[in-house]
Amino acid sequence: MRNPLISILFVCAVILVLANACQGEEEIKKAQFFANGKSLYTSNCENCHSQNGEGLSDLYPPLTDTSFLRGHRNQLACFVKYGIGQQLTVDNRKFDTKMPANSNLTDQEIAYILTYIGNSFGNELGLISTEEVSTSLKNCEIVE
Amino acid sequence: MKGYPALLIVMLFLIACGQSNKKLPILGEREPTTKEIDGKMVTDTIYQTIPPFSFINQDSVIINNKDFDNSIYVADFFFTSCPSICPIMSKNLLKVLNKYKGNKEVKILSHSIDTKYDTPWVLKKYATKLGVNGDQWQFVHGSQESIYGIADKYMVYAKENSSAPGGFEHQGWLILIDKDKRIRGAYDGTNDEQVSQLMDDMDILLKEYH
Repeated sequence: MRNPLISILFVCAVILVLANACQGEEEIKKAQFFANGKSLYTSNCENCHSQNGEGLSDLYPPLTDTSFLRGHRNQLACFVKYGIGQQLTVDNRKFDTKMPANSNLTDQEIAYILTYIGNSFGNELGLISTEEVSTSLKNCEIVE
Repeated sequence: MKGYPALLIVMLFLIACGQSNKKLPILGEREPTTKEIDGKMVTDTIYQTIPPFSFINQDSVIINNKDFDNSIYVADFFFTSCPSICPIMSKNLLKVLNKYKGNKEVKILSHSIDTKYDTPWVLKKYATKLGVNGDQWQFVHGSQESIYGIADKYMVYAKENSSAPGGFEHQGWLILIDKDKRIRGAYDGTNDEQVSQLMDDMDILLKEYH
């Protein structure tokens, strides 16, 4: 390595390749989570929130409000696991129907579901990992 | 090419005839009775009917079987906090309501099986949030005994069960009742195809009265 420039370029190239590989891995993981989430969504969420995430009138909120999902990203796991007792404003409308808890779902299953919702219905939240869900769940504020 | 219009007319005739001849079956138990009319013994059939009932609706008004005397109606059993099949049933009944909105001969009767929690006030809130107002779709509250008793008459299974989602176990049938309170059809309220079948059958049933 006589020329320092060449070695710097080499290091940069290695970093770039590694970063790309990581991203590819995340994409694969996201696709996997998304696919698993779809079937869990059908069995756990679809009855109220409907197949295309539009919800039902003023009873059940839609899941199409991307800015709501973004703004509450670290609470989404808590909503799924423990249900919702307080009023929420979604899609500029107020919703106060109690959402039931899904305490039987594991952190991993919640990550699957959230990755599915977070990347469907016009949302683009990317991968929501099991680790992210576990962290969120440790910090849940439960309002009855 | 000349034959086509004629063929079309024949086909239309066939379709039209097929529809007007179609009649819905009468479901449930039946028993023959024999009575003497003009000195002759005549055998008639008595069909299963929905017995008289009286419940309180979402506006805290008492409604009974007489309120349904001049209409066909769709009955179902649900509860407002139901996390399983009820939302889909409500969504599908909303389609039925929208199709027959303002038609005095068509009504919907939803019985709450959560007789403790679903008071008229809770039912009103549910109806309002669903976007239902007016009296074409009745949401009713009654004693546990009367609601579960009438569910049997509609041939719908409904029981309190703490291990079922939401605490109640029930079937998602939408039951079509004619003006004589006879059962004319039962449709899975969670199945889109069966719900369109219900609406087709309602058209057929309405024709019986015209």
